[in-house]
Amino acid sequence: MGSSTAHTAADDGAAPVIRLQDAGLAFGDRTLWSGLTLDVAPGEYLAVLGSNGTGKTSFLRVLLGLLPLSHGTVSVNGTRPRAAARGVGYVPQQRGFPARTPLRARDLVAQGVDGHRWGVRLHPRRVHRRVDELLARVGATGYADAPVGLLSGGEQQRLRIAQALAADPTVVLCDEALLSLDLHHQHVVSELVHEQRERTGCSVVFVTHDVNPIIEHVDRILYLANGSFRIGTPDEVLRSDVLSELYGTGIEVLRSNGRILVAGRPDSTHHTDAPEELLP
Amino acid sequence: MITAAIDWNSFVGSVFVFDNYGELLGLLRNSLWAGAVLGLVGGLVGTFVMMRDLAFSVHGIAELSFAGATAALLLGADVVTGSLLGSVLAALVMGFTGLRAREGNSLVGVLMPFGLGLGILFLSLYEGRSSNKFSLLTGQIVSVSSLQLTSMVVLSAVVLVTLVGVWRPLTFASTDPLVARAKGLPVRGLAVVFMVLLGISVALSVQIVGALLVLALLITPAAAAMNLTSSPARTVVLSVLFAELAMVGGILLALGGNIPISPYVTTISFLLWLVSRAVRAVRERSSSYRRTTPHRGASAPLTAGATRVPEETAAADPAPGPGGLEPLKTGDRPGTG
Ligand SMILES: Nc1ncnc2c1ncn2[C@@H]1O[C@H](COP(=O)(O)OP(=O)(O)OP(=O)(O)O)[C@@H](O)[C@H]1O
Ligand SMILES: [Mg+2]
Repeated sequence: MGSSTAHTAADDGAAPVIRLQDAGLAFGDRTLWSGLTLDVAPGEYLAVLGSNGTGKTSFLRVLLGLLPLSHGTVSVNGTRPRAAARGVGYVPQQRGFPARTPLRARDLVAQGVDGHRWGVRLHPRRVHRRVDELLARVGATGYADAPVGLLSGGEQQRLRIAQALAADPTVVLCDEALLSLDLHHQHVVSELVHEQRERTGCSVVFVTHDVNPIIEHVDRILYLANGSFRIGTPDEVLRSDVLSELYGTGIEVLRSNGRILVAGRPDSTHHTDAPEELLP
Repeated sequence: MITAAIDWNSFVGSVFVFDNYGELLGLLRNSLWAGAVLGLVGGLVGTFVMMRDLAFSVHGIAELSFAGATAALLLGADVVTGSLLGSVLAALVMGFTGLRAREGNSLVGVLMPFGLGLGILFLSLYEGRSSNKFSLLTGQIVSVSSLQLTSMVVLSAVVLVTLVGVWRPLTFASTDPLVARAKGLPVRGLAVVFMVLLGISVALSVQIVGALLVLALLITPAAAAMNLTSSPARTVVLSVLFAELAMVGGILLALGGNIPISPYVTTISFLLWLVSRAVRAVRERSSSYRRTTPHRGASAPLTAGATRVPEETAAADPAPGPGGLEPLKTGDRPGTG
């Protein structure tokens, strides 16, 4: 648990990959979050947690330049997000393909390799090789030639990961990328993202409802709630007192078998008889 | 003897006419070339129409193309230009308002009868040769002038060159707009460009197969191709092949008679689709597609050096959702006011 953070460049003073200054986002008079100042260093792994509708997806959309901030500034790779988008890998929150989409699994991944280039493909063999390699990494070789529209949610999700990693991005943005994966593939995918980071030194921003599958890789956590947020290492944020204050109600953070559990919410009464160990 | 509604012999005689065929072939070479060019454009553009789910829009654009053509007829202007103006304008309106199928559909539904009504109004005001009247709706008897052919070839070349230039981004934006946009592709711009190409293609098709039947050229071949494969490259090849078979085949059959070519084109096109659909049905029954490993996942061993999932957790948490203890699942908002 709590893996080393030696690989992060957080202390090297390297230029941050993502920089938010006094950033705020509001729709009408509803503020999702505000006053967010955050630097994500090259190679850093940031997990974004929070309830439904707290603005996690919107946070990623800001980083992609698809949504303007209502306040403050944001830059990615030292420039405005839209200009940096080429170098960003993005796994969207799950959305299936229509059954008759005229793409095979391998074509979806290939779009991550050269789908943004103009003209027609001039080196099909090179792309083909790269796609095969990516498919193998996510364990999708077995259905490489299947139409994407007929694949299961988890199978599509793994292709999304392969697609996002295809261009060796400097930042990987994952929106609930483990959703609808079985435990084995949750593990495979989270290792894959981690391994990509080790190999290429990319930063990772991972939105999730369940931090456990990735907790050993996470450097920092951004926890959104109630129009506010907390940011820090897992040990700094995932604490009963911190989350209780953030939510404004009694929250207990439990650790069980190395898994982190948040209890004390209205819907969590059935957890009370769980074997538990209080933090801190 | 029962008198049939139509005389069978004269029916066959007028549908299949092959007198002086060789001579006609020489005379009507222009038409054949026009058909071949149109087949190429229709087959290529059609695959993107299918990908973007724009079949209904094609129909709407065709009706406005018809309105433009009849307006030109009435004003004594060039019919091709009128038809082109009508369809490109309609395509642009659709491109700028509703980009994807669902939002656009109601708009198309509103524009289509308006265009058709306008066209009929112009036609009834027009007092020229009556043979011109319905060819715009249902296609013409084969006769393409050299001038007409030249303009068709030039416009087709514009469509084809542009299409090749935007091929990959347009495919990306058509099948996966969310990620394409995140990748920095100008998804809206591509949509507008495609609508212009579509407008031009429709105007070209209207001249030959008529406004009511453009779908046979811009939808049916691509739909048939997609019944047979989900590989994008193969879809394109098959779609063009089918469109060419329908167009060139239709023209060859229509050459001798005095029936418009459109019934031939639509029939061939439909038959091809029917066969492709049957093939698909048979295939789906046997095995939908190749999978090299029937049982992946669940029982597969973890990849090298990875044994992090604790036994008891795996047992307590049947995949994919966590059961039992909620592992930091922040599904609710306590204390929100
Ligand atoms: N363009 C928009 N205009 C108005 N409101 C919006 C817009 N986009 C998002 N919202 C609102 O902002 C809130 C946050 O949305 P967002 O998708 O970021 O939530 P989330 O944290 O990703 O939730 P979930 O866990 O359900 O995915 C939602 O209540 C949503 O309705
Ligand atoms: Mg979301």
